[in-house]
Amino acid sequence: MIRPRSARRTDGLRPARLSLRDALTLGILGLTRRRMRTVLSALGIAVGVTTLVVVTGIPASGQQALSDELTALGTDTLQAQLQQTQGAPAALLPDADAMVARIGPVTDATAVANTNSSVRRTDVADPSSSAGISVLASRSGLLSAINGSVASGTFLTPATADLPTVVLGAQAARWLGIRTVPRGGPSIQVYIDHVWFTVIGILDPTPLAPGIEQAALVGWGAAERHLGFDGRPTVLYLKAEERAIDDVRAVLPATLSPRTPGLVQVSRPSDVLAAKQKTDAAFDGLFVGLAAVALLVGGIGVANTMIVSVLERRGEIGLRRALGATRGQIRNQFVIEAMALSGLGGAAGAVLGVAATAAYAAARGWPVVLPPLALASALVGALLVGGVAGLYPAMRASRLAPTEAISH
Amino acid sequence: MTGPTAPAALELTDVSKDYGAVRALHRVSLRIDRGEFVAIIGSSGSGKSTLLHAMGTLSTPSTGHVTLAGQRCDRLDDDALSALRARRLGFVFQQSHLAANLTATENVATGLLYAGVPRAQRPRLAREALERVGLSHRLTHRPNELSGGERQRVGIARAIVNRPELVLADEPTGALDSANSAAILDLLQRLHDEGTTIALITHDPSIAARAPRRITLRDGHVIDDSRNT
Repeated sequence: MIRPRSARRTDGLRPARLSLRDALTLGILGLTRRRMRTVLSALGIAVGVTTLVVVTGIPASGQQALSDELTALGTDTLQAQLQQTQGAPAALLPDADAMVARIGPVTDATAVANTNSSVRRTDVADPSSSAGISVLASRSGLLSAINGSVASGTFLTPATADLPTVVLGAQAARWLGIRTVPRGGPSIQVYIDHVWFTVIGILDPTPLAPGIEQAALVGWGAAERHLGFDGRPTVLYLKAEERAIDDVRAVLPATLSPRTPGLVQVSRPSDVLAAKQKTDAAFDGLFVGLAAVALLVGGIGVANTMIVSVLERRGEIGLRRALGATRGQIRNQFVIEAMALSGLGGAAGAVLGVAATAAYAAARGWPVVLPPLALASALVGALLVGGVAGLYPAMRASRLAPTEAISH
Repeated sequence: MTGPTAPAALELTDVSKDYGAVRALHRVSLRIDRGEFVAIIGSSGSGKSTLLHAMGTLSTPSTGHVTLAGQRCDRLDDDALSALRARRLGFVFQQSHLAANLTATENVATGLLYAGVPRAQRPRLAREALERVGLSHRLTHRPNELSGGERQRVGIARAIVNRPELVLADEPTGALDSANSAAILDLLQRLHDEGTTIALITHDPSIAARAPRRITLRDGHVIDDSRNT
């Protein structure tokens, strides 16, 4: 007997696959049922993703700002000094800076020397009140080697090097309460060891040489004449051609101290600043962990919502089973719904996180940097959390007996 | 397969259903031919819902088997039964179970979703089904913009949109007033006249009287099966 629709009959036993578009439409449709609930349960995920974006975006922006700053400050500067032995900073040979300047790629070399003197605002001030400010003898070419600049007044020149004049680092000036060097008018004087020195200049901040920011700089000759200075430098600052900087670094110890090269410490100030930023990065791990916990809590919220939703929608589930939905199709519908729910939260969180990062960076004057990997993994993470959170409710939905579902 | 020349839409052979120690259906055998309009009557607890579920492959009989469109359902797994329901059965429930956020056309198109009808064809078929139930003027209305009778018509349109072998209607007028009930019964009558096979489950003898064939259930037994002559 020939059955007219036999071809279709065999086909009829295999469930039709839902197209991706149909499956997605179904998942999103469920979210439009109770909008307030959708918004509230997506909020948990949004908070997690916002946190993730912020804790990765802000350090990345800061890093970029620092790296921009370092590029502007210059990464061609080196600093060399002898390791301290028995308290006092060890002094280098008197002509150490001139020796170093003879190394081929070195373009600039200068020195400062700690005079172990103290500076006070007046002769009646407590000598211990200036403990933070060191008095350094400085060559007149210091500024070019550390990319420094004068905020007010002038720097030491060969002509004034022997006179009792002083230039203050930015921090030292603030500590002494001196903002600017008066033009014309009565000059400001500070009391160093037992001599009055006239303040002729104040420096801008010098991030590459923090020691200079906290120092009072006097001329080489003036230090020898008034402060009992022996003329031996303690710290060298030099600039070298960028590509040869590692070579210069390698030969400095032997040049400065042929017999005890191991005592010479050479550092690259830009590296030191970068390393400081890296230690800050250790905190990032903690924050990312916190954000992950927020995401997890968001996931629990999604699971909760989905369980309630499945209970409420037993009628719908039964109807769909009667219309021919397979268990797998019911399960997928609810998993996709959970993923759409947390994806929605993830997208909102990403927008919020980007806005917060941009606002913070703008307030700090940083460039806005959003690591694309972090942004992508936050969104993928949100979808994943949604999928996992939705799996159990979805399994329950798919296992409902269609008859039980319909009688509700 | 040998048998009567008219093809059976559905055949139950010695179907029993137990719920624990309670036997809700006792060895029910019945056959519904294509083009029939059958009412299944019984009071509450007579086993008529259990019978409907067995006929609709929504539950598995404890003994016996159901043959739907020539397929022995006891030999099919859950996915195959789902596919069978999607393509061969239409359900009408007491509650119309419409999605509140979809239009009438979209709700009816849901009846094609699981049958694998391509997306592009669904709106046209859904509109045609709505026209058949007399709702061509309500295509884009949402359930909250429809009366109870109109909602049930949308439910019926969803059941017939894929031209099923058999429409199973479980108390389709149970939630409606008498005027709307009469209109729904008129509609079922008309669909039957157009060739649709219908099994109508009801507790109301006056509704059952509209059908040319009536099967009466009591305590899980078929006690009467009569036809208009």
